[in-house]
Amino acid sequence: MSNTSAIFKKEIRSYFNSPIAYFNIIAFLGVSTWLFFWLGGFFIGNQAHMRNFFDLMPWMFLFFAPAMTMRLWAEEKKMGTVEILMTLPIKSYEVVLGKYLASFALLGAMITLSLPIVGLVTYLGDPDGGQIFASYIGVFLMGAAYISIGFCASTLTENQIIAFILGIVICFALFAISFVPALSYFGLVSHFGRGLARGVIDSRDLIYYVSVTGFFLYLSVLFVESRSWR
Amino acid sequence: MIEVRNLTKRYGPTIAVNDVSFDASAGEVLGFLGPNGAGKTTTMRMLTCYLPADGGTASIDGYDISENSLEVRKRIGYLPESAPLYPDMGVIDYLKFIAEIRDIPKNKRSPRIKEIVEICGLGSVIQKDIGELSKGYRQRLGLAQSLIHDPPILILDEPTSGLDPSQIIEIRNLIKEIGKQKTIIFSTHILSEVSATCSRVLIISDGKIVANGTPDELAERAKGEQMVHISIRGESEEIEAKLKTLSFVSSFKKMEPDDGVFRYQISSQQKHNPAEDLFRFVVENNWSLIELRQETISLEDVFLKLTGSETAGSS
Repeated sequence: MSNTSAIFKKEIRSYFNSPIAYFNIIAFLGVSTWLFFWLGGFFIGNQAHMRNFFDLMPWMFLFFAPAMTMRLWAEEKKMGTVEILMTLPIKSYEVVLGKYLASFALLGAMITLSLPIVGLVTYLGDPDGGQIFASYIGVFLMGAAYISIGFCASTLTENQIIAFILGIVICFALFAISFVPALSYFGLVSHFGRGLARGVIDSRDLIYYVSVTGFFLYLSVLFVESRSWR
Repeated sequence: MIEVRNLTKRYGPTIAVNDVSFDASAGEVLGFLGPNGAGKTTTMRMLTCYLPADGGTASIDGYDISENSLEVRKRIGYLPESAPLYPDMGVIDYLKFIAEIRDIPKNKRSPRIKEIVEICGLGSVIQKDIGELSKGYRQRLGLAQSLIHDPPILILDEPTSGLDPSQIIEIRNLIKEIGKQKTIIFSTHILSEVSATCSRVLIISDGKIVANGTPDELAERAKGEQMVHISIRGESEEIEAKLKTLSFVSSFKKMEPDDGVFRYQISSQQKHNPAEDLFRFVVENNWSLIELRQETISLEDVFLKLTGSETAGSS
């Protein structure tokens, strides 16, 4: 565990030592707030609910999750630091987990910083607190899944741009199949829109997101070790 | 300490490391010498468990590199080529990070980091970010990272590459100092470095070991023939007649005489140094010995000869 936390701390420091984290947080909050209040017609609709805000999230994550994760593995490969990292007495899954948790923490910070919106909406009206609460759980879980996909994409290449695009492509694929009746069970949005966003905390939806996250992290460990097959 | 048996690595159809076997015992400083692409880095990457071997085995301190990779990695300090580091991390933060992964107990970390900073001469840059460091300091930080857990074995891939001459000397001295208690393998292109620092040399070419021995042994090996330059004041005809009778002289070449002093380049096939015998030869004949110089075969000649290049002029 201490190895995982050492990696975690290193990545967090890395995020905040460069403009990446700040830029992502500000951009995310700025865009989502603007889209929710102005483009989403919050004031025009005159209803105190945050449904439109949460419906934005799958689209926001489509861009921001790969943006936050693209450097996590690709950069190490490009700079050659992966050679020191993987010759330390540390297991592959510890590295993957540490890096993943750091990016998830960043996502968590971004989402948490949107809470003032809840305060505003509550002040302006009388929203359904339970629905908002469940929606936030959904957002965290959905974000966790998106991040795991972005991370996996980063392990596939040493080029960050490719990792970014690949991340978007895979995320979009899993997002899009939510609207294809036969495959919609596997869709990233299916388990958010119908249940959690409406205030229903269904264990099947929770399991879905945890499984997707676990699956992509498992793949990441495999890809990380695949240099062994070179 | 280190036992390597028939280690092999293929990249597609190319065999990068071809059936390499060698040993390194505790306290040895082993130099890997070889042209670019010879397989030095690949061999090191297998020993450090970064790449898996396609054939053969190696054990470090009794632990097999494929079966007990974690144990092997605990006992090794590794500095890859170009000392890859994280530019946006601070020097101290980086050392703390490595110390943590190296399982240095929390209360011992600060003192140990201080010690390592001292040993590697990083005192003036500890406040900086790694991205701000010059190449020389980056190399030293890389070395610091490899030493911080006091491993019994150090594997250094071209630790002096890109450094200026004074920096090279510093790193070399550092390696020599550290080498007194540890087993070190380091690779280099600089041949003089090898004779200066190593107790043993491995010359690798095209994935195979072409020479394995002390720097002196290797020089001996490539000699085959010893060459001595001698200047004698005496009668040239008499000298040459008597030279011909010496059993250990296989041939000699007359050089430009210099004002009554006759100079010869003498080749000898015998194993031990003919210089002494030649000295006695001159004395017994009551001539004056003006100069006696042994032609030293440099490691460079050995290297070039064994790696298939043309021998650089040993006249």
